[in-house]
Amino acid sequence: MTTLLSAKNISVTLGSRKILDNISLDMNAGDLKVLIGPSGAGKSTLLQCINHLIAPDQGEIYLEGKKINTNNNAELCHLRQNVGMIFQDFNLFDHLTALENVCLALIKVHKLSKADAQKRARKELERVGLANRAGLYPAQLSGGQKQRVAIARALAMDPKILLLDEPTSALDPELVGEVLLVINDLAKNGMPMIMATHQMDFVRSLATEVLFMEHGVIIEQNSPKVLLAEGAKTRTLDFCSKLNNLKDSCTVLG
Amino acid sequence: METIKTILINLPYILEGTYTTVLLVLGALSLGFCIGVPLAILQVYGNRFIRQLVALYVWFFRGVPILLLLFLFYFGLFIGFNLDALTASGLVLGLTSSAYQSQIFRGSIQSLPLGQFKAGCALGMSNFQIIKSIILPQALRLSIPGWSNEYSILLKDSTLCFAVGATEIMARTHFVAARTYHHLSLFIVAGFLYFLITLIGIKILRFIEKKYAIPGYTLSV
Repeated sequence: MTTLLSAKNISVTLGSRKILDNISLDMNAGDLKVLIGPSGAGKSTLLQCINHLIAPDQGEIYLEGKKINTNNNAELCHLRQNVGMIFQDFNLFDHLTALENVCLALIKVHKLSKADAQKRARKELERVGLANRAGLYPAQLSGGQKQRVAIARALAMDPKILLLDEPTSALDPELVGEVLLVINDLAKNGMPMIMATHQMDFVRSLATEVLFMEHGVIIEQNSPKVLLAEGAKTRTLDFCSKLNNLKDSCTVLG
Repeated sequence: METIKTILINLPYILEGTYTTVLLVLGALSLGFCIGVPLAILQVYGNRFIRQLVALYVWFFRGVPILLLLFLFYFGLFIGFNLDALTASGLVLGLTSSAYQSQIFRGSIQSLPLGQFKAGCALGMSNFQIIKSIILPQALRLSIPGWSNEYSILLKDSTLCFAVGATEIMARTHFVAARTYHHLSLFIVAGFLYFLITLIGIKILRFIEKKYAIPGYTLSV
């Protein structure tokens, strides 16, 4: 079986600072890899290097074993069509309705007719539970709904892999659930994903592998069972217990 | 009494100048728009060389007085072409306006969150598709208030074309005034006409702004 996608020796330097230092990553069918790490560790940068929204200073991307020539626009667009991306702050197109947001790339990139695109878009909106919100503009949707539209928009392109950059971080706690539910469904249907997140319950139950990043390097990489096992002396567990402490202290304060 | 009579008799002649003025302003605005939008795009997304080239263009047309450009275009340049006064005026106003308009559009484009462009990229759209379908529709909406300034400024700048003999409102008023000696009252009439044209244009732009406002996006329009 060929690897779905691999990133080889990705490095990004900003001035004298190494944002990413020689990172490699392979994705196979059914993988759900989670990136964890403090702010500034390079999680977002790594995700954006994979679909080349950020051009790395070094390194290559392979899609199904084939090296992507990033100087070739057609190959770059091909890569991005196959790698869907969900952003922390949704990035819906503000001047288009939810339906049009999902339709746009179907019409422009996949060259579907408007009617076919709308049919497909409605199906995707239904999948994320927003069929009845199709005609609303982003400014009329809640954060959770916006993120679900963004997911529908990415899914409509039939991506082989999904990159999720802290998809629930910009949401208030009551809206996190509805988005996680959608992502949960995708995971169960076997959609390969790389996700930066600090939702530990989600990581424990669904991730096939956890990658802990710090200062642009992956310092720990293993299954969540190993890294988060009780009493494990790992940086990951240390970091996550801080998250939990924070949660507890908030509960006390509340 | 005689003043009113003079005004009434000469009003049709002056009003005919309205046609020239409006034609001049609409032509110049359109030309400015057609050049200004690509200039803005090039100045935002172009490489260093192109950006500097656009900056040079903008610098030139913002730096040289319109009156001087009018003389240059009408008397100096295009020897052998012999532009008529109206064409030369439209060209000068349009090119000048394109420099100003490009900066209006550039401001709007740059005010859009970077994520809009990234989201388009992430879906596999080409830069051209992203600019056409995502960036411009939003940037142009944001540009309308600034653009309405450009409209009213251009309308008043069009009076300068009098100097090369374009028979717009100002020129015609001046001809009549010189013949009848009712300067004050005639210029008040001309002023009123400009006032009216400004108002109509602003109202139209306001209507467009409201019509294309994104629901839920702006506080109020």
